[in-house]
Amino acid sequence: MMPLARRIVRNRLAAFGAGLLLTVTCLCLATPFLGLVDPNIINTADRFTMPFDEGYILGADHLGRDILSRLLWGTRLSLAVGLTAALIAALAGSLIGIAAGFFGGRVDALLMRSVDVLMAFPYILLALAIVAVLGPGLMNALIAVAVVNVPFFARNVRGMTLVIARSDFIAAARLSGRGNLSLLLFEVLPNLWAVIIVAFSTTVGWMILETAGLSFLGLGSQPPQSDLGSMLGEARAALITNPHTSLIPGLMIFVIVMGINLLGDGMRDALDPRLSKGGLQRSRPVTEIDRSKPPAPSRQPGLHLSGLCTEFRVGSSPLLAVRNVTLGLAPGECLAIVGESGSGKSVTALSVMGLVASPPAVITAGTVSYGGRDLLAQTYDVLRGLRGHRIAYIFQDPLNSLHPMLTVGEQLTEAMQSHEAGLSSDRLRERATKLLEDVRIANPAHVLASYPHMLSGGMRQRISIAMALANDPDVIIADEPTTALDVTVQAQVLKILDRLRREKGVGLVFISHDLNVVAQISDRIAVMYAGQIVENGPSRDVLDDPAHPYTRALLACSPQIGMAAGLPKPIGGSLPPADNLPAGCTFAARCSLASKACRALPVDLVISDEREVRCIKWEPAHG
Amino acid sequence: MGRYILFRAAASVPVLLGITIIVFFILSMIPGDPATAILGSYATPENVARLNAQLGLDRPLVQRYFIWLGNLLHGDLGRSFSLNRPVIDEILERFNATVILSGLAFLICSVFGVAAGVISAIRQYGVLDKLITLTVLIGISVPSFFLGMMMILYFAVSLRWFPVSGMYALYGGGDLPDLISHLVMPATALAVVATGVVARMSRSAMLEVLRLDFIRTARAKGVRESRVVLRHALRHAIVSILPILGLQAGFVLSGAVYIEIVFQWPGIGRMLVDAILTRDIMLVQGGVLFVAACYVLFNIVVDVAQIWLDPRLGR
Repeated sequence: MMPLARRIVRNRLAAFGAGLLLTVTCLCLATPFLGLVDPNIINTADRFTMPFDEGYILGADHLGRDILSRLLWGTRLSLAVGLTAALIAALAGSLIGIAAGFFGGRVDALLMRSVDVLMAFPYILLALAIVAVLGPGLMNALIAVAVVNVPFFARNVRGMTLVIARSDFIAAARLSGRGNLSLLLFEVLPNLWAVIIVAFSTTVGWMILETAGLSFLGLGSQPPQSDLGSMLGEARAALITNPHTSLIPGLMIFVIVMGINLLGDGMRDALDPRLSKGGLQRSRPVTEIDRSKPPAPSRQPGLHLSGLCTEFRVGSSPLLAVRNVTLGLAPGECLAIVGESGSGKSVTALSVMGLVASPPAVITAGTVSYGGRDLLAQTYDVLRGLRGHRIAYIFQDPLNSLHPMLTVGEQLTEAMQSHEAGLSSDRLRERATKLLEDVRIANPAHVLASYPHMLSGGMRQRISIAMALANDPDVIIADEPTTALDVTVQAQVLKILDRLRREKGVGLVFISHDLNVVAQISDRIAVMYAGQIVENGPSRDVLDDPAHPYTRALLACSPQIGMAAGLPKPIGGSLPPADNLPAGCTFAARCSLASKACRALPVDLVISDEREVRCIKWEPAHG
Repeated sequence: MGRYILFRAAASVPVLLGITIIVFFILSMIPGDPATAILGSYATPENVARLNAQLGLDRPLVQRYFIWLGNLLHGDLGRSFSLNRPVIDEILERFNATVILSGLAFLICSVFGVAAGVISAIRQYGVLDKLITLTVLIGISVPSFFLGMMMILYFAVSLRWFPVSGMYALYGGGDLPDLISHLVMPATALAVVATGVVARMSRSAMLEVLRLDFIRTARAKGVRESRVVLRHALRHAIVSILPILGLQAGFVLSGAVYIEIVFQWPGIGRMLVDAILTRDIMLVQGGVLFVAACYVLFNIVVDVAQIWLDPRLGR
């Protein structure tokens, strides 16, 4: 629990809430020893004395009773009742939840249907019904509030119990012959604390508020006993003439509930890492750029990356995802970027148009030149005008990358409308139909009216391609466009891409981990490893005569039909961690040729004719 | 779609039945004899027996439940002792006022809550986000009855912008402007907590959606950011915000009890509290049942809306 407490203290708001609660609790505990006047002594001569008057620190109420004393005694009562109700609800709800989740079947069905019915009431109605039966009174209000909150605990605890009860370690413990009771006490319960605490922290504030509310309505504490709610209720008659008698108890309830909410939020953040900072961050429309002295943009036609660096700023040391990448794509050319997952190929591609999710991504160096301009230096509006218009993207998983609640037609026409205003709906429809025909979709009218989930994976990917083509772009960047598809569909999609590239003269950046796929379509291949280009050259050369040991390893591990060399060989080891890269060659740890010299110094890219290789063992063939 | 509505309606029949069972049996557990309570000092044994027979209270409990249920299906909720009129008439009259109040409060919490959540999400960690987060925190911590009282003090008594309480002016009122001027304060006070909860949930729903792949696709297409947020992200987030709105309807109906007391609003909540204090059990029974049933029906509407908005579910 220690780290939990520390995390709460580090959260300033939660610490403030804890401070508020601690102050109130200490005051409550100290109340009997403060030498206050009896809260029930009536002194009609002093009715409605204002605060700081004649020995009354907070004034007197409509019967001349000391408000300070009543406030502190009332707070004690309210807190005690609210907490007791919460404890009862937590205990009863947890028992129901555990029983339902652990035993399942009929027990579960019966218990949870009853809970559902209880939850079908707007909760105060149930509380009112219970108070109606038991009669007004603080104890009855406590019971009513507790009962109303039981379903919340039961549901949450049941959900978690179900997860635990179905887990492997419980199955293993069962097989070892342990009884239900021992399982419940030593395996299930310890894993439920977090859920119960979170549920408790979300409801305890409500329960204090609700008991105060019932007292306010005259259904809770009865005179002369009084809690904060009944103080407020009694004061209401004099609200307009003597507001201080209402204000004081009302503010106290507010302070208590706010303290609980602040602390509860802090606890939830600490206990539920998914909700804590960093886990849920909005991504900005453009990747953050933080670079000094970028190289001037290239004037060559096509798309050119030079010295691009992108990192993810998470934790103490940034993850260097893309390191000093220089690449060029001539108009109409197909460049493949190849590497295993985590090699930085997708981040490189997304950096071009500022589409890497930021935070945490930051582009720290380099330029991306297109049409003589540095794309990284453009304003959002200029960049948006180019996105999907001159440079378009196709993403890997067409199910997740298409909007599930918009029809294919809506998504296609939106791509056009974003760059061309005033298109008539007929014209839009006509163009969308044409686009679908271009990617060989047989029944465009039907597909246009469909939602993505109704279509097959191959169909969805064709739609992504059609969407990328919507504005006749100069460049299409396809990020693993065939990876999520099965082999026959892969071949169809490749064929479509290749045909479109030749017919329309689109420059294509094709990202893949599969050299076989790349071999069918690319003019040049760039191999990436640990954020760097390790080899770059014309496809034939790279495939026939791989220069870098990593390229050779990649080729050896991709299966080929009719290849006699036997089974594919996996590459041993794994990528070096991006926040702790080795000083020398990043591939050395997995390379059979590696020597001391490889590990000593960073390896530069050696350029010879059309080929670039990052390996000290490579001897360019001269002549 | 039509089939789903039917299915969903059928699925709520057991819940409605469960509600009738709970309401009937809880309220028949009242200690003491209702006849004695009604007759007060006239409770001679003969009178009690006669009244019990008259009220059907001499029969077994389960039989009484089915008789009660049968009457219920005919719209007969019994007779109120204290008001001496059929419960259903009183409820229908009061329900009007509650629907106006809760309806506006629900509208406020849906519109402002979602708007605040969206703004908060797209300005995450910005000044506006912090301001909204703080306001929300205060909003969900303040007891609605206390807030209502403070609003009366400031807006009605000090500033004289709105009438102190009631639904219509006693003299010469009764038209729509009069109703609205009476409605603004209670509806706002009632909506504050729910708005805060909706804003919180909408913020996290939006943040979650803004990380999804299709948002990147929309941006890659060159869709304007405002459209990315409103059409792509919000459209998706609404589906997870809807159930929260359904829950808020329950909170609003619950909070209405306090607000109706504070603002002397002639709704069902105030009727229920009065009925409990006068021990008018038939009225309590009818009122609780009626409001709970409305809440169940409302949640059917929410579920259907969800199906309608998300083409992946059903159809």
